[in-house]
Amino acid sequence: MTSLFEEVTGGAEQDVPVRRVTITVNGRMRTADVEPRLLLAHLLRQGFKLTGTHTGCDTTNCDACTVLFDGRPIKSCTMLAVQADGHEVTTVEGLASSEQLHPIQEGFKAEHGLQCGFCTPGMMLAATALLEENPDPTEDEVRFALSGNLCRCTGYQNIVKSVLWAAARMRGER
Amino acid sequence: MEAGDAVYPARFRYEAPRSLEEAIGLLHQGGGEAKVLAGGQSLVPLLKLRFATPELLVDINNLTDLAFHRIESDGTIRIGALCRHADLERAREIAARQPTMAAAAPLIADPVVRSRGTLVGSLCHADPQGDWAAVATALGGRVVAQGVHGRREIAVTDFVTGPFQNILAYDEVAVEAVMPAPMPGAVVTGGFLKLERRVGDFATAGAAVCVELVGDRVARAGIALTGVGSRTLHAAEAEAALVGGVLDERAIEYAADLAAQVAEPSSDHRGSADYKRHVVRTFVIRILTRIAQRPDCPEAPERSAA
Repeated sequence: MTSLFEEVTGGAEQDVPVRRVTITVNGRMRTADVEPRLLLAHLLRQGFKLTGTHTGCDTTNCDACTVLFDGRPIKSCTMLAVQADGHEVTTVEGLASSEQLHPIQEGFKAEHGLQCGFCTPGMMLAATALLEENPDPTEDEVRFALSGNLCRCTGYQNIVKSVLWAAARMRGER
Repeated sequence: MEAGDAVYPARFRYEAPRSLEEAIGLLHQGGGEAKVLAGGQSLVPLLKLRFATPELLVDINNLTDLAFHRIESDGTIRIGALCRHADLERAREIAARQPTMAAAAPLIADPVVRSRGTLVGSLCHADPQGDWAAVATALGGRVVAQGVHGRREIAVTDFVTGPFQNILAYDEVAVEAVMPAPMPGAVVTGGFLKLERRVGDFATAGAAVCVELVGDRVARAGIALTGVGSRTLHAAEAEAALVGGVLDERAIEYAADLAAQVAEPSSDHRGSADYKRHVVRTFVIRILTRIAQRPDCPEAPERSAA
């Protein structure tokens, strides 16, 4: 059980309504008491210490905080934590198993798909959602699917290559 | 990150009702200090920036009966309040039968916003640079509102009363959007084009066009503009000029001129007023020319690249 109340408000206050939420995060049931105004990104980072979810712009522009919500990519800075009650969330920490990287992660490694790494978790989750829906995307389709995810380092070229690499691996062609 | 660095909304009460009646009751009790939360892709950013500080948020995401879109036998399209942009983007029957909507769906915001945001919410938000309001205006769409006193349908052109303002009573929920049936026997054609500086930016200028053809004659036309005024603009004179005629070069250019005259752009960081007016004219010509050449093939938006 994690209480985020103090972290969010910066100090204990009385009479603040707190809600208990139960969310399946990376396959594991997690419970927390949250103030309704707490954003999902902050619950993940501060409450569950899953700091792989990055908050970039805080203004719904950059997609760095992308997670999968019931399998769909969403901006975790643009959803309230209470809204995730009873739902499934996958963060970048949920991609790899203890023994093996996810093919998306292997792809980013093989094709040098990251430089500073800040946008990488969001990129990988948006790409995971794409490959779930379309296992054999064209380069254009990869670019379209990632068109909201901003990267300020690499110019996207290697990110796109990484996703295509992963797609081929997941189809058993690599 | 220290908690003090985080951007988060002002405090509010949160309810997630299980029925529409309960939602309406909560809004009624809220007495004008409550907001409906659907996709949240405009509202949550406003909450975070504290441009919006409602006392109560009524989250309607549990009202799963509203997560639908369907085309009725006469061609009427109904879109529930929880139908996400991504649902419309992937809907084959929309792609086959309503090309203006099909062209607009993949251009709404960015792909991750589209997972969550809703068409009905976009209409309610009434952003002068919104895309769906232009599409709905071109199609003659309506919003169905339900409140304590029952249900009513409101034409989209009456629904939006100003920038970020709609006509809903404080205790009404917009439950669905309706795009009316085409004329019997008509071929429904159309397109949507938007200029944006980058994916997810608001429209610099955009045009939604719908044309119903009977033979080679225009039986009905709808044209609306986004991003070029303090509200969605309805190019009614351009529509009237097309009806009854054929889509030849002269008719197309005349309609495009009339549409461009309706635009009320202002010069800003996205471009000069003259430039935006020129873009409107170009977009209308481009969509109508494609319709004239290939009525079965909607103006396909260029898939924006990262």
